[in-house]
Amino acid sequence: MRLVEPEGFGANGVGGGDGDERLLELSMGPQHPSTHGVFRMNVVLDGETVVRLQPVFGYLHRNHEKIAESQSYLASIPYTDRLDYFCSLSNNWAYVRAVETLAGIPVPERAEYIRVILAELTRLQNHTVFLGFLLGDMGGWGTALMYAFRQREEILDLFEALTGSRMMCNYMRFGGCRCELPSGWMEQARAVVAGYPAFLDEMEQLLVENEILVARTQGVGVVSAEKAVNAGLTGPILRAAGVDYDIRKVDRYGIYDRFSYRVPLGEHGDTYDRMMIRLLEMRESLKILQQAMADLPEGPILHSDVQVRNLCPPEGEAYCRVEAPKGELGFYLISDNTARPYRYRIRPPSLINLTLLEEMSLGMKIADVMVILGSIDIVLGEVDR
Amino acid sequence: MISAEQIREHVLHARPDAGLELISNLCPSCQDSLLVAAEDAVEVARLLRDDPELRLDYCSNVTGVDWPERPVRTPPGSAPAGQRMRAEVAARPGCFEVVYHLFSMSLKHGPVVLRMRTENRSDRVRLPSLTPIWHSAEFQEREVFDLYGIRFDGHPDLRRLLMWEEFEGHPMRKDYLPPAEDDVREPFAAARNRMVQ
Amino acid sequence: MNCSMDQELQNELSNRGVHVTSLEWIYNWGRSNSIWPMQFGLACCAIEMIATTMARYDLARFGAEVYRPSPRQADLMIVAGTVTKKMAPLVVRLYNQMAEPKYVIAMGACAISGGPFRDGYNVLKGIDLYIPVDVYIPGCPPRPEALLDGIMKLQKKIREQKLLGPDRPRHADREASCDYPVPDYGPNDLIPTCNAYT
Repeated sequence: MRLVEPEGFGANGVGGGDGDERLLELSMGPQHPSTHGVFRMNVVLDGETVVRLQPVFGYLHRNHEKIAESQSYLASIPYTDRLDYFCSLSNNWAYVRAVETLAGIPVPERAEYIRVILAELTRLQNHTVFLGFLLGDMGGWGTALMYAFRQREEILDLFEALTGSRMMCNYMRFGGCRCELPSGWMEQARAVVAGYPAFLDEMEQLLVENEILVARTQGVGVVSAEKAVNAGLTGPILRAAGVDYDIRKVDRYGIYDRFSYRVPLGEHGDTYDRMMIRLLEMRESLKILQQAMADLPEGPILHSDVQVRNLCPPEGEAYCRVEAPKGELGFYLISDNTARPYRYRIRPPSLINLTLLEEMSLGMKIADVMVILGSIDIVLGEVDR
Repeated sequence: MISAEQIREHVLHARPDAGLELISNLCPSCQDSLLVAAEDAVEVARLLRDDPELRLDYCSNVTGVDWPERPVRTPPGSAPAGQRMRAEVAARPGCFEVVYHLFSMSLKHGPVVLRMRTENRSDRVRLPSLTPIWHSAEFQEREVFDLYGIRFDGHPDLRRLLMWEEFEGHPMRKDYLPPAEDDVREPFAAARNRMVQ
Repeated sequence: MNCSMDQELQNELSNRGVHVTSLEWIYNWGRSNSIWPMQFGLACCAIEMIATTMARYDLARFGAEVYRPSPRQADLMIVAGTVTKKMAPLVVRLYNQMAEPKYVIAMGACAISGGPFRDGYNVLKGIDLYIPVDVYIPGCPPRPEALLDGIMKLQKKIREQKLLGPDRPRHADREASCDYPVPDYGPNDLIPTCNAYT
């Protein structure tokens, strides 16, 4: 059932063009304190209640897919850092996995363990920052964000020590990783992981039974399991609706099947569930990290016979995906046996998770729209690419 | 893991006259795909989604691809462009292609790759929309329309997604020429002009 | 303190609780130590900008932690991230909405010149094509310390601005306009492709 008539929007008439003076059409964004980037929503309001909502994209469309067609496979890795700019290592992994599947490049075991460790650290810092931003969207600007960024800085120190950059890590390569762990890195990483449960306890104490947070998130932005599956939602938002689908468990990519961890599921599919899922996922990530760091084997991080520069994969195509912190991040590559991809496509979790934004927001108040958008956890670099 | 060949047979068993062709993928990924005729696409898609043995309820990725009649660029020094894929489309006068990657969340299998092609690249660029079957295709088909120019019949809201409404042209096409930047100045030119020596 | 009185006399008066200065000095000192940026982040650089305001790097030491959501209340627009052609008219419009005196920092390679995305059909090759930029901070993204250095350079620039005379800045000149033409969306590109404002 289509709930919105797209012809009703535009500057021509207030209230969807039908002259109803009760309704107010408002353009939220692209510059707005709470839109998580340059994202615009045209909302039609009846008082404070949302009657229609139409997202507008493209304000950060940076033509990554077109640029990738004119440069080598290796040169696109730094661009993948800038997709979901919080989670550069997950993006790297998704892309190099796609190229490895396309070209049949094996990965040594030590590199697989390092990839898992970095991906789970990325998930930790992404979900941590999510909590901070969600509280900011609710009006508690600064408090939770300060705690979240304090914790995130510790993880960024690890990334910087290993890759040279806090955010744009550019660390994975086809067939392994770029450079070996520096001395002392594992001890520092273990210390960070050991200190995390105390931070999570602190955040849970602050947030989970907080009366205001509960009132503002329970029952807000509900999405059902059937609609979530049909709309292609993935990641924590899907699991909050109760669907048991975690790509780490389904595809068992990398070496994830060696670790024991659970997948938290929600019941109601509302904002509160989405927040709780991420808190619980952080605890599961800590379990994976402890296991991976304990079992990290010695060995090379890249086989010496792998060609990284001027790679010309054989003709064909491959679609590969990972469970990025925001959802299913996939790369679809078509190769014509030249040094540049014929088609380079990114499957953006943030864009597709916005499919049900309007449906979740109808009947909610305008202030709830920000909370719903915050709970979907989007990054515009990924939405617009 | 159900192979594309098995899915094709399963669909043809239910709809023997459906235009469904197997395209094999020669690279190590071994992800074969199914080319469906445009007029049968919606029926086949519904079958794939609702069949109790397949239950492909999740459409993950919708991609547009441009196959011009001749290669638009030949990078110097690279291996000769592959023969097999070119031969597939060389018989046609160039076309656009839309590729759907399908998974099953209930039965946990996939990907199943479904493709559709337009008749040419100029005036016959209409394809049926699969948004009524999989809602996740809504924004992605809009993006394919925006960047390639394929019109999807049956799409509830076919507008540009990423470029502005007044934009003309479809930038991801292989023959798209960006505007000439003759009057764009060097970086810092304004600041350099204003700098006090 | 910048005035024409003898320095020793100034120091002695200062010790006795009488501070002597010039209007220009105290005006610029107040402005440079309370620059209020606008809440305006475009892309990845915005995250480093937020990290600069957080506990480790602490932009509050410079008086600049009060990010204002409204352009009318802000002094500084930190263009942090890639400016696309779709976004460019809105950036110029926001700049026009800011009240004088107003400053712009181009943070990151994308805001300076288009950065790694310079070849894109939707990417503006630097925000200084349309609005004047006061400080350029290179980096991709620049570290929080680099942003702090940029803010300090802006503070130095503000402290050195004259109130009178031919060198005075735009906001001290009644005749000067602070509005820049907002580009329109054309069929292939923005119209005009840049503002000739030098």
